Amino acid sequence: MRNLQAKTPGMGADATIIGGFLALGAIYALFIAARAVDPLMGFHAYVFLSAFIAGMFALIVRATNPAPVDESGYQTAVVKAGVFASMFWGVVGFLVGVVIAFQLAFPDLLYFDDLAWTNFGRLRPLHTSAVIFAFGGNVLIATSFYVVQRTCRARLAGGLAPWFVFWGYQLFIVIAATGYLAGVTQSREYAEPEWYADLWLTIVWVVYLLVFLGTIWKRKEAHIYVANWFYLSFIITIAMLHIVNNLAVPVSIAGSKSYSLFAGVQDALTQWWYGHNAVGFFLTTGFLAIMYYFIPKRAQRPVYSYRLSIVHFWSLIFIYIWAGPHHLHYTALPEWAQTLGMTFSIMLWMPSWGGMINGLMTLSGAWDKLRTDPVLRMMVVSVAFYGMSTFEGPLMSVRAVNALSHYTDWTIGHVHSGALGWVGYISFGALYCLVPWLWKRKQLYSNALVEWHFWISTIGIVLYITSMWVAGVTQGLEWREYNEFGFLNWSFVETVAHLHPYYIIRALGGSLFLIGSLIMAYNLWRTARGDIRATEKQPATAHAVPAE
Amino acid sequence: MADKDVDAHSGVETTGHAWDGIKELNNPLPRWWLIVFYISVVWSIAYWVLMPAWPGISGYTKGLRNHSERENVAEQITALEAARADDTRRLLEAPSMQAIENDPGLHQFAMAAGASLFGDNCATCHGAGGQGFKGYPNLNDDAWLWGGGLDDIRRTIAYGRRSDHPETTNTVMLAYGRDGILSRDQISDLTHYVLDLSRQEHDDAAAERAAPLFAQQCAACHGAAGTGDRTQGAPNLTDVIWLYGGDRASIYETLWNGRAGVMPAWEGRLSDEAILALSVYVHSLGGGE
Repeated sequence: MRNLQAKTPGMGADATIIGGFLALGAIYALFIAARAVDPLMGFHAYVFLSAFIAGMFALIVRATNPAPVDESGYQTAVVKAGVFASMFWGVVGFLVGVVIAFQLAFPDLLYFDDLAWTNFGRLRPLHTSAVIFAFGGNVLIATSFYVVQRTCRARLAGGLAPWFVFWGYQLFIVIAATGYLAGVTQSREYAEPEWYADLWLTIVWVVYLLVFLGTIWKRKEAHIYVANWFYLSFIITIAMLHIVNNLAVPVSIAGSKSYSLFAGVQDALTQWWYGHNAVGFFLTTGFLAIMYYFIPKRAQRPVYSYRLSIVHFWSLIFIYIWAGPHHLHYTALPEWAQTLGMTFSIMLWMPSWGGMINGLMTLSGAWDKLRTDPVLRMMVVSVAFYGMSTFEGPLMSVRAVNALSHYTDWTIGHVHSGALGWVGYISFGALYCLVPWLWKRKQLYSNALVEWHFWISTIGIVLYITSMWVAGVTQGLEWREYNEFGFLNWSFVETVAHLHPYYIIRALGGSLFLIGSLIMAYNLWRTARGDIRATEKQPATAHAVPAE
Repeated sequence: MADKDVDAHSGVETTGHAWDGIKELNNPLPRWWLIVFYISVVWSIAYWVLMPAWPGISGYTKGLRNHSERENVAEQITALEAARADDTRRLLEAPSMQAIENDPGLHQFAMAAGASLFGDNCATCHGAGGQGFKGYPNLNDDAWLWGGGLDDIRRTIAYGRRSDHPETTNTVMLAYGRDGILSRDQISDLTHYVLDLSRQEHDDAAAERAAPLFAQQCAACHGAAGTGDRTQGAPNLTDVIWLYGGDRASIYETLWNGRAGVMPAWEGRLSDEAILALSVYVHSLGGGE
């Protein structure tokens, strides 16, 4: 370690820079709060102001704290905070998902004439952003901070900067979520937050990139581990996608509303270039990074193929970035662009599966552990879902298939087999690994509860995706059904009525997934406290607790 | 790297590095994986050759098949219109609307077209089965504000009611309370009078007090007996069928704030034959006269 000496308390350079930045931010937020042209901007300015003041207060408390700060080992406190935030936002996101699933089945649910924020339209972006960015984002930040330190044998760079990333990201989530409920949105799917939230995220993300790069820079290993390539591609590409898709002109510097720099089909294409690559570089490469560390670590087996990891990494990131236009088949988008989107999606199939092969084949020599270790099983099932959705994706990108599947619930089912199965399970697996490692516990509070979690949520996922397949294909077929006179056989609203039973099944599936996550939160909480369930068997093979 | 590190289980060499205890095997790329990847690349290139694909400075590669989805759609629409052309022409050339209903083949065609049009254009307000909602008339019963004959229905659809069409009708229920035409007490009395008309529980004295008021203010449109007037779209107050509710509070609200529900005009938005078909369909829903 480079910083072996225990630092004396006080204001280091990192604290001074962050403190100065927060002070400037607080003054600016106060100025905007005073001049706000709409009440929502005023509200958000006060949220920023409170957060900046709280941050400065925390820095002062830290500087005056006589206890020495040990900066010799790995920075684990920020990872612990990330684990906590992941679990919290995960439960929130799943809960909102269950609520809106029931709202689709029963439209009167939580419908109040005078209460706009309980409407499906406000809650839906809250759900998607909570699960993707709040849950998924926190899992990615926490695991990346953990993995990059371990695989580089270096403490996180930037002193307090990782804490700035963590809290800055939570502030972004709060601004985004309260904005959705209050009706602040730029109506870009998965990029709904308005311009000022986007700018804030850009600052946080650049610091994140610098922390990550700085840690790699001072690594003690000769080579950069494959997980870190994936993390790095995720961080860099998300920065690029976020900035370009959110290029907009605010109506007023003190107002919440803005207009996109793009118009018409260019706007649509920019949005789906962003939207699809958010799937590619947030939900795929980021979580592949998790897979590349946690599966070999948990299985205690070497990664199957180094060469495959290189080839599938470069082919994946080269090809993924082209696939966005497949979201705009049969639209105003020129046909040549649709062709490119579709063909690159087809070519993406094997690069995606390269990750699946490397994940599954790493188990060779350790398959027996799936019987006894539900955490490893969860991660392996996750990779299986990854393989399934990365086959389904290219299939749905074929225009003839898309003609049936587009705008139907098949898409929702596809997204959730990836989100619940792949992203959810690999994250759960990583969290189940991390909590005993971080809190230095010999084992989880209860393996039996992990079994319960695994089976309940697996049934939930199966109910979810099968009901959405049936619903989607039903919709797709009914929308194109003509009668003998050449008129549509069903009106749109009739086809909606037909979906009612599937919507109920979907909501039940989602509820099971939520219940599983609550079991998990309880299990992790007890594990962190150091409890072991009384009826618990001692594990046959103790999992290695990494040395500090 | 003098010593080769070999994994005991698989017998495969590792790359010689370890990160936090994780090693990587030096397995080659799976052959089937590589072959399928190459096939997908070759297939894509073939697709590019055949179909519109790559943009250039001024245009794009059209592909050997010279395929155009836009032209395909236009062709399919033309083909569909051609298939319907005979029936459509007969619909437009029918001497009267009654003649459409009298011709079984034509009637069937109009019903099929009407059902499709109704679902996508009318069901939003009138309900999928035409059952209506508060403020949106039920089309299944025989209570018609503007008449339930074929031509009445066609006029309502084509010109709308209180719409922006020049042929539309613009009569409204006045806001007697809000606009200060009548006092609170007078409106309360009138409410009881209307409750009496529809044989509901009411205060007899209040209703009696309102009788001259009704004759003076309401009878011009709703008729002396309150049975309504279709030429003005004034509802029958005695049939116990209510567009905005027939309880005391609803009637009071109607008197106080007035009513002026809008049916949009569909002429220009739907073709003439579509409006004819829709009229036949709505006429058939149960209340046609």
